[in-house]
Amino acid sequence: MIGSSRWGLAALTWAIIAVILILPPVLVMTEALRNGAGAPIASLADPDALSAIRLTLVMTALSVLINTIFGVLAAWVISKYRFPLRGFLVALIELPISVSPVVAGLVWLLLFGTQGWWGEALDRMNIHIAFAAPGILLATLFVTFPYVTRTIAPLMEQQGRDAEEAAMLLGASFFQILWRVTLPEARWALLSGVLLTTARAMGEFGAVSVVSGHIPGMTETMPLHIETLYNGYQTVAAFSMAALLALMAMATVGLRSLLEARARASLQTKDTAP
Amino acid sequence: MTVAASLRSRRARDPLPGFRLALGGTLLWVGLIVALPLTALIVRPWQEGPSAMLAALHDGRMFAALRVSFTTALLAALIDVPLGLTLAWALVRGRLPGRRIADGLIDLPFAIPTAVTGITLATLYGPQGWLGAPLAKLGLSIAYSATGIVVALMFVGLPFIVRSVEPVLRDLPPELEEAAGLLGARPWQTVWRVILPTLLPAAVSGFGLAFARGIGEYGSVIFIAGNQPYHSEIAPLLVVVRLQEYDYAGATSIAFVLLVISSLCLAAVAWLRRRVARGLIVGADE
Amino acid sequence: MSVRIENLVRTAPGNASKVLLDGVSLDVPDGSFMALVGPSGAGKTTLLRAIAGLDAFQSGSVVIDERDATGLSARDRNIGFVFQNYALFRNMTVARNISFGLDVMSRSQRPPQAEIDRRVQELLDLIHLPDMGGVWPQRLSGGQRQRVALARALATRPRHLLLDEPFGALDPVVRRSVREWLRALHDQLGLTTILVTHDHEEALDVSDRLVVMQDGRIVQDAGPDALEARPATPFVMEFLGETLKFAGQVSGGMFIPADPHVARFSVPGVADGEIIALIRPHEVRITSAVNGAPARKVGLRYGFARLAVDMGDRVVDILSATPWDVGESVELHIDAARLFRNGRMVEERCDGWA
Repeated sequence: MIGSSRWGLAALTWAIIAVILILPPVLVMTEALRNGAGAPIASLADPDALSAIRLTLVMTALSVLINTIFGVLAAWVISKYRFPLRGFLVALIELPISVSPVVAGLVWLLLFGTQGWWGEALDRMNIHIAFAAPGILLATLFVTFPYVTRTIAPLMEQQGRDAEEAAMLLGASFFQILWRVTLPEARWALLSGVLLTTARAMGEFGAVSVVSGHIPGMTETMPLHIETLYNGYQTVAAFSMAALLALMAMATVGLRSLLEARARASLQTKDTAP
Repeated sequence: MTVAASLRSRRARDPLPGFRLALGGTLLWVGLIVALPLTALIVRPWQEGPSAMLAALHDGRMFAALRVSFTTALLAALIDVPLGLTLAWALVRGRLPGRRIADGLIDLPFAIPTAVTGITLATLYGPQGWLGAPLAKLGLSIAYSATGIVVALMFVGLPFIVRSVEPVLRDLPPELEEAAGLLGARPWQTVWRVILPTLLPAAVSGFGLAFARGIGEYGSVIFIAGNQPYHSEIAPLLVVVRLQEYDYAGATSIAFVLLVISSLCLAAVAWLRRRVARGLIVGADE
Repeated sequence: MSVRIENLVRTAPGNASKVLLDGVSLDVPDGSFMALVGPSGAGKTTLLRAIAGLDAFQSGSVVIDERDATGLSARDRNIGFVFQNYALFRNMTVARNISFGLDVMSRSQRPPQAEIDRRVQELLDLIHLPDMGGVWPQRLSGGQRQRVALARALATRPRHLLLDEPFGALDPVVRRSVREWLRALHDQLGLTTILVTHDHEEALDVSDRLVVMQDGRIVQDAGPDALEARPATPFVMEFLGETLKFAGQVSGGMFIPADPHVARFSVPGVADGEIIALIRPHEVRITSAVNGAPARKVGLRYGFARLAVDMGDRVVDILSATPWDVGESVELHIDAARLFRNGRMVEERCDGWA
């Protein structure tokens, strides 16, 4: 009786997983390889495809770099100090998570679009932000904004201030404390936050779609290029690009899960040591 | 006086170095990337006067789009709750064969970029798709309708439920079930009266996160939705449509409403979670 | 090498009405070993952290080596600090932990690497862990961690050593040996040491001077002998050990106890009026008496018999050098007592304390 209900639960679970979670990635691969292994490679070698891959890589790298540096500073401030309006600052940092990606793109058009506050003035100075790479970067920065801080701040808060105070009394400066004491202790969490930012940055579609202008070969990132190909009925090419992007993102997230397991393990050993 | 004041402030300052620098950097970053654009979003609709805002809000298509987003997100999150609870239970307690693989698969919707999800689900549930074709024979058409939106949002929202419930379930002492069993409860009574109520706060918070995400979701939905105005056009898509029509005021007012709804939703979840958590879980360690 | 604190005031962050340090002044001369004692919440750690520059304060000043340290950053104070939980850097080996204070010096001040290594080895020898340089702190026992934390604090050759409950997490035997070793180290290096502890025995064992704190104030600042002989308030007396309390009246140079079965005794020079006598349990003498208080033996301590004497409205525990039979009727005799009036010690003492 108990055994049968256990196997029933297992079968039900795997059925849910298979239909909802496994079928989609299998379909991506199948569609990409429908015309043989050569087709996806050829479609990815297309100049527009290569440009999209390059743009995605550059935007991802820049967003991760900027959001990591400032995300660490923000985590330091909110985890190591108490000050007025701290809760408000935390809420503001968390806010982008709950904002629709489309809105995250739109807000930049309100500032830098042709009808935006500063769009026309910047246009006259020949500075292009909306429908250009800077706009894509800003949209990506907004969307991936909180992840580093969110990942490391709880850990840094839990670790308290003792180690930092000890380092300070031993003569360490702010950057020495951060670099030699705080960040090494939070390194797994930091890596995990960086990887999450990376995965989100390269996959972002809605926000980037609004600000990019969809110029193939110029302002199309990988997700945008997938849309263009798909809407142009280039199914194999679309799914090839989709497969590549999905593999990149899944590898990033997979690596992150591994790291989280390690982080949890290292945290536990530290907990048991008084 | 100024010397005394400066001495005083120096004394009262937190001696751990880096506060000013880090706070300055943080405020710069938050200000430029988050506060500034959101200020534009909040100020912009009123710039042409409240009547223009009211006119923009008085738009049947917009209300239809918001209704579509709201109902599909609600439905998808509601369906996800039992599915997510089942998965979480199987992962933590069910001694599921292949548990580690299943655990990794749960995060797939987080990992797969929304555009990829969008075209994949559209193909999968499309008239010629692996699932769409057999379902069409049964007279069920999913893709290119509001049903398609629900399916896409279910996919996107499922991990929120599982990952919210899982840690609570893992920390739930087995003694709880044993105690219930010793007190004469049947297994279904134990689940219904003991387990589910303790999981409620986590499930509610997972539900709220999935719902909030669903309302704003764009990439995974637009390919499968069909996007017929008044029927299967979601609010975020209407924002894009309005932008393509160079109707910034229209786009901004929808975006404003979306922002308000998702913020309210998350605030409600936080509030509810605090209330429920206070009342229900009583452990030895509290 | 001295530390002087003048009228220090600190309130709780976010709640200015809660005073943590209420105008504390303290002088710690060069080379002294001082213990800050008191119950938890008395402000000991707060005071120590203020001296180290870890916490800000609202008014007053901290003077280190005749220099106002108020504006001085914590790292410029030439102070070694040992945290209650040691706060070792978990991502560094023992050797790197110890050398941290040297490693973070600016290039112009930092000694060459060979010298740093030599200093680390010297400190490892000093703390009796010569071969532990490559070990991670997580692998050490509590006592070893404690010593590493101490070595780390001493690496930059500070003249002052501040210790916050350094023995709290150690088991009693290790505690005692680390305590003795610390005292020897203090003498050998000529340090000025301030130790925070809530354990009065520890403080009496190791320090030259005890500063008793209560509610953010210093109640008494004295050597161990003076503290025992002349506690400033009943609180100090009670904090330093088990105390018996007898209320009574002074009349014509005689103490007349309120309790029955307690013999009156002479207190020459003390003004008439209500008074409280505090006595250590072993300072009470008992004699057999008809219709006295019933006494029974309840245990042993340090070879003394521990007796519970039923005074009618309360039971008094005393220590007696002579064994006693159960149920015997006794009278209490007090030869030496510290007298308190209005919460302060009365200057004139009674007989036994000439």
